[in-house]
Amino acid sequence: MLKFSEDHEWAKLDNDSCSVGISPHAVEQLGDIVFIELPEIGTKVDKGDAVAVFESVKAASDIYSPAAGEITEVNSALLDDLTSITPESAMENWIFKLKINDASDLETLMDEGAYTALIG
Amino acid sequence: MDLKRTPLYDFHIANGARMVPFAGWDMPVQYSTGIKAEHLATRNGAGLFDVSHMAQIEISGTGANAFLERLTPTNLSALSEGKVRYSLFLNDTGGVLDDLMITRLGGHLHLVVNAGRTSHDITHLRQNLDANTHINLKEDRALLALQGPDAAQVLNNLDLDLNGFHFMDARRFDLAGIPLVITRSGYTGEDGFEVSIPGESATIIAERFLSTKKITLAGLGARDTLRLEAGLPLWGHELDETITPTTAGLTFALSKKRRDAADFPGAKIILDELARGPTRHLVGLLANGARPVRDGVLLKQDGKDVGIVTSGGFSPSLNRPAALGFVDGSYAEAGTQLTAATKGKETQVTVAKLPLVKHRYFRG
Repeated sequence: MLKFSEDHEWAKLDNDSCSVGISPHAVEQLGDIVFIELPEIGTKVDKGDAVAVFESVKAASDIYSPAAGEITEVNSALLDDLTSITPESAMENWIFKLKINDASDLETLMDEGAYTALIG
Repeated sequence: MDLKRTPLYDFHIANGARMVPFAGWDMPVQYSTGIKAEHLATRNGAGLFDVSHMAQIEISGTGANAFLERLTPTNLSALSEGKVRYSLFLNDTGGVLDDLMITRLGGHLHLVVNAGRTSHDITHLRQNLDANTHINLKEDRALLALQGPDAAQVLNNLDLDLNGFHFMDARRFDLAGIPLVITRSGYTGEDGFEVSIPGESATIIAERFLSTKKITLAGLGARDTLRLEAGLPLWGHELDETITPTTAGLTFALSKKRRDAADFPGAKIILDELARGPTRHLVGLLANGARPVRDGVLLKQDGKDVGIVTSGGFSPSLNRPAALGFVDGSYAEAGTQLTAATKGKETQVTVAKLPLVKHRYFRG
């Protein structure tokens, strides 16, 4: 299942493990990324918590958790090369993985069609 | 509100610009290469910026000098034909209403003011106008900034003769039959030019510049990082109605004759502050780590508030986060360690001398 948030995160659910990334549109809007902060593994988060930070030349953007749960993995390879997230690779480059408490948290998110319509 | 478009709007779209609203205008924040690449191309070669959103205002009439002297600390009688001065509109408490460039050419004075302050400035000028002075907002003109160490070569390649043309000089040129007013000035710290063009010919001139294959198109994002490294203030950040030129490090904009006469708006406050030394100073700030500090973040030492970040971002030339800010006098020395109270996390910054990147103006 693939879902998108209004804040331009994507969430892919595989059993109870949810990978979270940011959309190609978000990467394009951010521009050059100069700093990334990832959450600590084991952190318990609520739906809507700011769990990661992407900073571009111009501004800082929080990345929100799409569901309640516990952080199980972070993609620390992103820190080694801040240019590795591009609009082309954004859907493959997950930022963190989450063991979610309740899959129904994702029901309020958009499917790909609705998200594509949102960003026009 | 509908955003205004410069005469180069279609040119920007055709060249892959990402457009954003800025001060009521739809402007390119970057092109496809991105802010860092555009910034470095300007520092190492030449960048071309559309700055047509800034207002060009002509002041004419026998009262023009006296009129502008009532509003600024500039000695207009010392501004000779073909010369440019940086100036400030001041209020009675010594605050800065706007910063601007004044050029004397063809017997008239030509102002360039900030886009976001244009309507304020026009009102301010009209309110102070006298019968011997006329103001004319030149909405039919575009403005391009060609900046960087290769900028002069671009103009040379187009057969413009730059002999004897130095930093803060102004001259008329003709390119392909199009009349240009060029000043050797800019907002990047590099050698460069600002080119005023009849709006309908702006795209032709931009294409001519591009045809030299020496320039990179650059947007407002790179313009901001370049001016930040150069330590050049931006109204609304390092300048506003409550910030004096002395605090913002702009004492050079107070001409000697006007200081002696103490006859400009806010003169008493500004001159007192100049004699005493301002309590706060504009400084550069380099983050010790990789996390940028942003506008409005408080600067502390041992828990005490000692300053504030006014422009926070990233320096592509130094490849590290950099900022401008005001700090209390005893904390303004280069090397001073301060704590930036960034949201949710404190980071350490080091006070640095301005400019962060050396100016390279062409003084001949």
